[in-house]
Amino acid sequence: MSSTEDQSLYAKREPVFPRRVKGKFRTLKWWIMAVTLGIYYLTPWIRWDRGPALPDQAVLVDMANRRFFFFWIEIWPHEFYFIAGLLIMAGLGLFLFTSALGRVWCGYTCPQTVWTDLFILTERWIEGDRNARVRLWKKKWDTEKVRKRAVKYVVWLLIGLATGGAWIFYFADAPTLLQNLVTGQAHPVAYTTMAILTFTTVFMGGVAREQVCIYACPWPRIQAAMMDEDTITIGYREWRGEPRGKGKTREGLGDCIDCNACVNVCPTGIDIRDGQQLACITCGLCIDACDEVMEKIGKPRGLIDYFTLRDEEVERAGGQAKDIWRHIFRPRTVLYSSLWAAVGVGLVVALFVRSEIDLTVRAERNPLFDQMADGSVRNTYELRLRNMTGDDRPFRITVTGAPMLYLQIEGTPYETVQVEADEMLIQRVYVTAPAGSEAAQETRTDFRIWVEDLESNERTHEDTHFNGLESR
Amino acid sequence: MSEKKEYDGVETTGHEWDGIEELNNPLPRWWVWIFYATIVWGIGYSIAYPAWPGIKSSTAGLLGYSTRADVAEDIAAVNDQNAALRTELAGADLAALVDNRDSEVYSYAVNGGRAVFAANCSQCHGSGANGVAPANGYPNLRDDAWLWGGTVDEIAHTVAHGIRNEQSLDARWSEMPAFGDILPPEEVDQVVQYVLSLSGNESDAALAEAGAEVFDLNCSSCHGPEGMGDTFQGAPNLADAIWLYGGDEETVTETVMNSRFGVMPAWSEDYRVGAGLSQDEVNAVAVYVHQLGGGQ
Ligand code: SF4
Ligand code: SF4
Repeated sequence: MSSTEDQSLYAKREPVFPRRVKGKFRTLKWWIMAVTLGIYYLTPWIRWDRGPALPDQAVLVDMANRRFFFFWIEIWPHEFYFIAGLLIMAGLGLFLFTSALGRVWCGYTCPQTVWTDLFILTERWIEGDRNARVRLWKKKWDTEKVRKRAVKYVVWLLIGLATGGAWIFYFADAPTLLQNLVTGQAHPVAYTTMAILTFTTVFMGGVAREQVCIYACPWPRIQAAMMDEDTITIGYREWRGEPRGKGKTREGLGDCIDCNACVNVCPTGIDIRDGQQLACITCGLCIDACDEVMEKIGKPRGLIDYFTLRDEEVERAGGQAKDIWRHIFRPRTVLYSSLWAAVGVGLVVALFVRSEIDLTVRAERNPLFDQMADGSVRNTYELRLRNMTGDDRPFRITVTGAPMLYLQIEGTPYETVQVEADEMLIQRVYVTAPAGSEAAQETRTDFRIWVEDLESNERTHEDTHFNGLESR
Repeated sequence: MSEKKEYDGVETTGHEWDGIEELNNPLPRWWVWIFYATIVWGIGYSIAYPAWPGIKSSTAGLLGYSTRADVAEDIAAVNDQNAALRTELAGADLAALVDNRDSEVYSYAVNGGRAVFAANCSQCHGSGANGVAPANGYPNLRDDAWLWGGTVDEIAHTVAHGIRNEQSLDARWSEMPAFGDILPPEEVDQVVQYVLSLSGNESDAALAEAGAEVFDLNCSSCHGPEGMGDTFQGAPNLADAIWLYGGDEETVTETVMNSRFGVMPAWSEDYRVGAGLSQDEVNAVAVYVHQLGGGQ
């Protein structure tokens, strides 16, 4: 154990009070925030005609029927590889962006970052900018402090509620659900989900903030593996800024006037001048803050800037930095992009060639066959017929590939069955080989089961085999 | 262990690997809190729920929770839920029911019947209902040959009352005499050849011709003049491809000489007190068997 007696068991969080800042990265971040939040909150409200049986919603996760709708695309459970493919693309996309541009995901688009930004914004509106917030924090509890804190938490809870609310709209018809929510008629699961998401949103975005990135998120740990000296990252041009110092006379001093602007704006409360660190989410706000200062004191911008570690060395030695694209195009990023594109092309192709009817055949294995009174041999198969067309359709079932085999649909003398719209029918069929025929005698005869949608004439098939007497 | 050093006011743990040292930074506060919370939770949990093992059982927990009681409750709830269906099935007209496959009772019967079959019937008839092994005396219930009739009502009767048992007076009953005690050996040989010829098996034509007369006198009263069998007496069709005990010369001779006496218990709870099937279960299993592919 530690010998320092006064050492506490835990580290207290150093509160962070990011100051307001203006600049091109801040503006970019506002735009990205507007777009991403807009997508999140508005998507469930986009309408899309899906016929009378389904909600007219463009993006819908239909848990009850295990379907996923995305505009004109409808994913069935057996097509889950689309989701897997999209997740792989998302993963590769992150690799690509990280190896080229560092932690841009963290700095600009991660929900944790976006919502934290939103919560800090509202906090600033209610409690004032950095100095006011520090004062409020240090202050004893009085009416002003109670009032401001209460208002802040109410607003945060409302934001959380909207976040949780938007989430559940993805799982049901949004207008109906909203109506039910307001009138208290929605399913308890909807309310519980909303409550949990409200709480987690406020907790993550309002209370935990940068601690999620520093302690909880696995992504910063993984990213290091994807970055190298050519990755564009945020850093401090130490060779230009040092030795730092306050004061009018800049004799013997670098460009950094040690105003702490970059530290004060940082949402994770760190000093980028200490070098690359895990807590930096590369949000770019310290660049904006420093550029503002450089402009005031009449120095060139970019004391803190996006650059690559390789260029940093070159510049330090007085050389000229390479063009940014020369850093971005390198074997690693080319590899990631081609993998990404390959998966994407594969998915698009799969999307276009998939048919609207689907057949799976399961041959009965217990028993392998039955002998009938007339000496014929019969095998039993369970067919899963999927009708993804959106209308009721007659499916004709036939067999080819082996002479003499004939098929009989259980429970009907006809060779067609009706499959309802957007449904899967489990249908048992019998395939019989007449007495003495080759298939009846042999161990195994391969053949093919066909299904044809009699309205669209679309066909699909599956190969299976027939067990004869020899397989006994 | 090497000496503890200090960097930036933080002491090291004293561990060192190839010059890399570990700082003894304190844990974040929320982490410590969660750790304490789990301890409190763990204590509370082990008081409220069954937790500490004893010699014979464990502590019961203040809430009195038990997974067994949970299951019993679930089973009772499902039974309650199905009560109406079961009553309806028990009194159902089975012939009409099997023509009405879209009904809820029908699908309940098939699925319930499958479970009843697995628990009670599969030991003899096989889990696939094909009689376990070929020609061992347990009929395949999936083919189209029925000893006592293959309509759903006849199947239900067979299930409820069984075959050749003393429990139910309504049990299917017929008995083939052991012809070894009745017929001289050469006549047995002749009738065996004749029976083999009926289903187109290899046979001695001369013997078979002589056997036709023996068959006519001794066998046709039950098996019919052409050996087509009679489901009223449970006499199997001898002219088809299906053999309950085997269709080779040796087995057929054995059957003629000593006869067969296959038995099936009566499954209705009226005859098997405490272990039988209720009327709805009998009906369910009859519907299940009927839809396996051979029902008439
Ligand atoms: S560290 Fe994790 S939570 Fe934080 S911005 Fe990056 S990805 Fe998001
Ligand atoms: S150091 Fe700069 S870029 Fe990094 S998190 Fe802080 S403000 Fe953002």
